[in-house]
Amino acid sequence: MSAIPFPAPPADSAEVIALRSEFRAFLNTQLAGRSPRQRSDNWYGYDRGFSRAMGEAGYLGMTWPKQYGGHERTAFERAVVVEECLAAGAPVGAHWIADRQSGPSILKFGTEEQKQFFLPRIAAGEFSFAIGMSEPDSGSDLAATRTKAVKDGDVYRVTGTKVWTSFAHEADYAILFCRTSGTPADRHMGTSQFLLDLKNTPGLTIKPIIDLAGQHHFNEMHFEDAVVPANALLGEEGQGWNQVMSELAFERSGPERFLSSIELLIQLIELLKTRDSDVARLTIGKLTARLAVLRRLSRSVAGMLQAKQDAGLQAAIVKDVGALFEQALPDVARELVDCEPDPRSASAYAAVLANIVHNAPSWSLRGGTREILRGIIARGLGTR
Amino acid sequence: MLADMINRLFERSLDDAAQASAREGKWLPELWAEIEEMGLPLALLTEEQGGFGLSFDEAGEALHLLGLHAVPLPVAETMAANQLLANAGLELAGGPAGLARGDDLKLEGGRLTGTVARVAWGEALDCLALAVGDRLYRVPRSAWTLAEPGSAANFHPRPSLAIDWTADDGAALPYCPFSAGATVRAFQIAGALEAALDQTLSHTGTRVQFGKPLSKNQAVQHELAKLAGELACATAAAGLAGEALARGDELGVAAGSLRAREAAGNGAAIALQMHGAIGFTREHRLHLYATALWAWRDEFGGQVYWADKLGRAALSAGGEGYWPMVTAL
Repeated sequence: MSAIPFPAPPADSAEVIALRSEFRAFLNTQLAGRSPRQRSDNWYGYDRGFSRAMGEAGYLGMTWPKQYGGHERTAFERAVVVEECLAAGAPVGAHWIADRQSGPSILKFGTEEQKQFFLPRIAAGEFSFAIGMSEPDSGSDLAATRTKAVKDGDVYRVTGTKVWTSFAHEADYAILFCRTSGTPADRHMGTSQFLLDLKNTPGLTIKPIIDLAGQHHFNEMHFEDAVVPANALLGEEGQGWNQVMSELAFERSGPERFLSSIELLIQLIELLKTRDSDVARLTIGKLTARLAVLRRLSRSVAGMLQAKQDAGLQAAIVKDVGALFEQALPDVARELVDCEPDPRSASAYAAVLANIVHNAPSWSLRGGTREILRGIIARGLGTR
Repeated sequence: MLADMINRLFERSLDDAAQASAREGKWLPELWAEIEEMGLPLALLTEEQGGFGLSFDEAGEALHLLGLHAVPLPVAETMAANQLLANAGLELAGGPAGLARGDDLKLEGGRLTGTVARVAWGEALDCLALAVGDRLYRVPRSAWTLAEPGSAANFHPRPSLAIDWTADDGAALPYCPFSAGATVRAFQIAGALEAALDQTLSHTGTRVQFGKPLSKNQAVQHELAKLAGELACATAAAGLAGEALARGDELGVAAGSLRAREAAGNGAAIALQMHGAIGFTREHRLHLYATALWAWRDEFGGQVYWADKLGRAALSAGGEGYWPMVTAL
């Protein structure tokens, strides 16, 4: 029996059904006037006002304890809010990383003082986070991290460079993964995590890295003897590897792993509904079946998280299969409708198509490449 | 517990010789007697209907195991036919049953005539649960002769039947036999894919080439990961279809059934490639799962039938209605 189990997700409770309709109404009001092109930014849309509105209405930190500003709701209820945001193309970028992984990591590994300081502010939509993992010589091979933090009295002095840091130029904090002892040859040993203040860290410079689409999400964070207070250490010194793996599990299974191009599918359907044809019906039918099944797999993982089960392998499968689906969409669309993609086109369809074509390659890179995920799955099957 | 009984039955009584015999179109009467003795044909019925009152998960697992053991007899069809007959208030099957739609039949002056295409083990059945228009009929074996034999090399024989029957009143049709058939097939497909993954892991873990087991190669590992992904999708697709059938939602059946059919083809291709030439022979058990997957994915409405239904609904929902439609599946 080698199958990786995906337990059936429970049927939506009355609370979940009520939440979905209440939240759809909230989004309708919040997103009025947002263009299809803007909606197609998916979770790269960045709007602090929207994040504060989410916080005020109780839609952030949903599963966290009330004493830290959370709402003690279930993983399913959070999943409803997340998937509805993505499907509607809400600009979730300012709270996305904090709500999904930084907050849960702080809740799991943080000191009481850190929990009291960060969590209520994340739940209010005030604190925006970035991810400080990749480096110029350490991408998929995260354990090869070179950035080094050396203890010096009440502070750590950090030297090194982080890259591909989405929103470092906008966010307030990043969780920095780096080495606190030894060398890259020590691999998982001697690594730690820090809650890095992006606005007030002497010795830290943040420079843009412009992506293929010409947009500025990525940054380089350069540390030159940067000073980080000792109380910014997250969890235990030397336990960074285990902590970062736990953080990645939060990052991999959500509906963002198959909904990145949903706005293109919606615009495609809008266009095809007036041009009924066999090929249109058959193609949209096939895509819809794939989408419905991915959604069920993702809800199955939410059920496992709710039951405090380890879902690392399941999350890797959802992300691998999900990325194939969302990346296939632009080519499927091109086979159905002739259209030159152009981000500045007055045609909603042409503008959305351009945004999706230009961003799709990143979807099987971020959060673990396709090749790394398949290695994880293969190991889970007992092959290495 | 039912799962253990099913596993023991097929491990004991469905050996390679029995499989080979079924592949020649020979009915397996001893095995069928054991299946009936266990009560499997009634497994999908509620206790009030005379069944076991299995939970949704238990019923799904029973169907999954019929796929995992590549059972060549029409057990799943009989289970689904009895459920359909019971829900319509008709008498249950007295033996193996078929599940069919009589789209090409004529009902004139109380006489039902014409051909029903491709019914598994049509010669060996006790009766058919047959839908004509919005009526369901329990058609006895005496009502048909063979119109076209159908080859058992294609996993199981699916002859076409020439019907000539003085019809009774039948009953109102509770749901389409294709929905019932497509749903049980989705569970069977997931089961057969699990067996194919097991076989593939075992083969690539023990077969040594270039001084190491095949599964130590990254290229092979990535194919195994993809196969595990197809299995995960088929499992979820079956659950989706099963829940949809229970609430009478044909679109949910369409979505689950379609994705399971797609997984059947994708998964069989990977498993066969990973086995090399031995997988392409009848000496290796993989051929059972591959041929079962290829047969099952095209039965009870093909891929086009279901994709058209789902695509039509999506296009009529339009851009704005699309996501609410997806979350309702």
